[in-house]
Amino acid sequence: MISFSPTEEQQMIVAMVKQFASDEMRKIYRECDESGEIPDSVIDTAWKMGLVSSSIPEDYGGPDGEHSAITGSLIGEELAWGDLSMAMHILCPSLFAYPVLEMGTDIQRKKYLPLVCDEKYKAATVALIEPRFGFDPNSLSTIARPDGNEYVLNGEKCYVPLAAEADLLLVYAEENGSSQGFIIEKGTKGLEVGEREKNMGIKALATYELSLKNCRVPKENRLGGEKGCDFNRIMNCSRVALSAMAVGVAKAAFEYSRDYAKERVAFGEPVASRQAIAFMLAEMAIEIDATRLMVWEAAWKLDRKEEATKEASLVKAYADDMVLMVTDRGVQILGGHGYVREHPVELWLRNGRGFVTFDGMAIV
Amino acid sequence: MIDFELTPEEKRQIEKAHELAEELFRPISRYYDEHEHEIPQEFIDKMWEIRGEGIASMGMDTAAALRTEELCWGDAGLYLCIPSPGLGGAAVFAAGTKEQVTRFLAGFGEKPTWGAMAMTEPGCGSDTAAITTTAVRDGDEWVLNGEKIFVTMGKRALEDSNGLVVVWATVDKSAGRAGIKSFVVPAGTPGMRVEKMEKKLGIRASDTVTVVFDNCRIPFENILGNPEVKKTETKGFRGAMATFDATRPIIAAQALGVGRAALDSIKETLENEGIKIRYGVPRQKLTALERDITEMEANYKAAKLLTLRALWMMSQLQPNSLESSMAKAKAGLAVTKITQKAVEIMGPLGYSRKYLLEKWMRDAKINDIFEGTGQINMLVTARRILNYSRDQLK
Repeated sequence: MISFSPTEEQQMIVAMVKQFASDEMRKIYRECDESGEIPDSVIDTAWKMGLVSSSIPEDYGGPDGEHSAITGSLIGEELAWGDLSMAMHILCPSLFAYPVLEMGTDIQRKKYLPLVCDEKYKAATVALIEPRFGFDPNSLSTIARPDGNEYVLNGEKCYVPLAAEADLLLVYAEENGSSQGFIIEKGTKGLEVGEREKNMGIKALATYELSLKNCRVPKENRLGGEKGCDFNRIMNCSRVALSAMAVGVAKAAFEYSRDYAKERVAFGEPVASRQAIAFMLAEMAIEIDATRLMVWEAAWKLDRKEEATKEASLVKAYADDMVLMVTDRGVQILGGHGYVREHPVELWLRNGRGFVTFDGMAIV
Repeated sequence: MIDFELTPEEKRQIEKAHELAEELFRPISRYYDEHEHEIPQEFIDKMWEIRGEGIASMGMDTAAALRTEELCWGDAGLYLCIPSPGLGGAAVFAAGTKEQVTRFLAGFGEKPTWGAMAMTEPGCGSDTAAITTTAVRDGDEWVLNGEKIFVTMGKRALEDSNGLVVVWATVDKSAGRAGIKSFVVPAGTPGMRVEKMEKKLGIRASDTVTVVFDNCRIPFENILGNPEVKKTETKGFRGAMATFDATRPIIAAQALGVGRAALDSIKETLENEGIKIRYGVPRQKLTALERDITEMEANYKAAKLLTLRALWMMSQLQPNSLESSMAKAKAGLAVTKITQKAVEIMGPLGYSRKYLLEKWMRDAKINDIFEGTGQINMLVTARRILNYSRDQLK
């Protein structure tokens, strides 16, 4: 039966994450954006909330909660409302863990999942995006070639979050016409982590270039073993997660510019009492809500293990446009004040523009 | 629990409504578009005959939105011709007492009957507080005087059947909004007459008329809501306005039907042409056509989910004024754009009256106008999100 009401448990989780986002993330996000660093303490606090580990089964040391894309979307929205860089940092290990949880072999699950249930935050990450024009996750330039009991990987990656500190990487490469995942441990020969990247937004998130030069991994490190992974589903889970986070960023910009418009006086009254501004805000609110509902619907399909490519890609494209429109208007409503770094809206615009690029950089 | 699974009953209604749309609506769609003001009697009789199945009945829940969408996928003008208490009935339900609901709506079950709503005047549309039609108390009666225009299904309600019209009038001009009340005027009441049938851009199967009230007397008990005027509050007005919380999402559902008709027809054409729309492909690799179509689909979906949410809230008895306006604003504009784009995409096939697409573009436009224009719904949305009064945001 159609319902738009999160469960009580989901509402509790949302309230907890929102509290954290407003008490911790919102206090330091500007500083982090300027310095490019996120204090370990914030990441550790979030880690202890169990946002990544909650759905890991008991057998692997987790609390055995239900894995739900809807819950993940609700969390993603709130964290991104707090700060997108920190949200991506906090959730980064799930980029590795969730595909292993859902599609890994028994051995892979036993070996790797306990790591994300550790008391301390352990970075694990994913390498998908490639630094070239016309990048397409479904036709990767990074190649995995079978050679005896091993795969040999060659290629270039970029936007690999936390690559320098990650013990584990899930590298996607083209193998025999499809995109497959390969688990590579830190220090494997041929795996080279490059310079930290300098990006327009998400400046507090450390992302890296990565190169694979004849990097050899054992055959059993292919995600899902012989069966491989359902790459399309992984991408859909990512599209939904990113769309949810786009809603969070947009909501931040909407709330800030709405409040500003009610405070800022021009021609004797608050600018919000003029339709030119009020209608911009109304459209922002409508599109944010519409996108959130589309996120929920796509997540609901994912939770039912149904084919969701259409829903996931429609909402992702919609969310990409929406978050750009909303964050741009956030800047516009503040005018010159929106352009200076004393206010957060310029940061949200820079972060918002990134969603169209962030293929695979979050997952539910 | 967030859920998008339709109930078996909703699925059944959608299926049945779709069948009706294909069998009863589509075959005569073009004819009644080209023969404006002609009464689709056979269609009306048939819809009356099957009224017990509940497919064409009014409602304020998600099922109502879903079946309305299907019927309007068939034809939005004919949808309005279905014998029904309509917007007038919705107002009686929203603001009337139990006794009034029984008294006014009982007749609707006996033979094909329509209900209408008279709000707009030559001098005021969205600005309902500027209504000049007067209702003056005279003993046990109200005396109505004034002129109402754009009354949807007014002729069918007042001349072709024993229906009713809900009229908005002021009982005290000096009280402004607080003086605006709504009154039920049954068909055949002396002093009320139907004039001028409008010739319209679309939804031509439906009638849109002027209704004149010339010392029209109705019983005192025909007022909906509290007859008292309290100048300090506009509760009565707000109560009447609450009708919109129920009707706006239903109009949005009507819009969705027209939008989806256009989308489905394009998809069918593309399929016949062997053109496949790809999903899950990076946007920069999509063709312009794929971009257009996926954008239309996403907008349709966005509008649909907002609509379902507004009605779901209504059935949960949650205040949904904001969400209703959001849904109406989004759906009205989205389908206007979707159908206009569809005509562009289909080229010579889109513009020709040989096909229904050009008609859908004309039909779609009304959804961004009636029951509050897109701009009025944006204004309501803006006031709500800003927590501003009418005076703070004009």
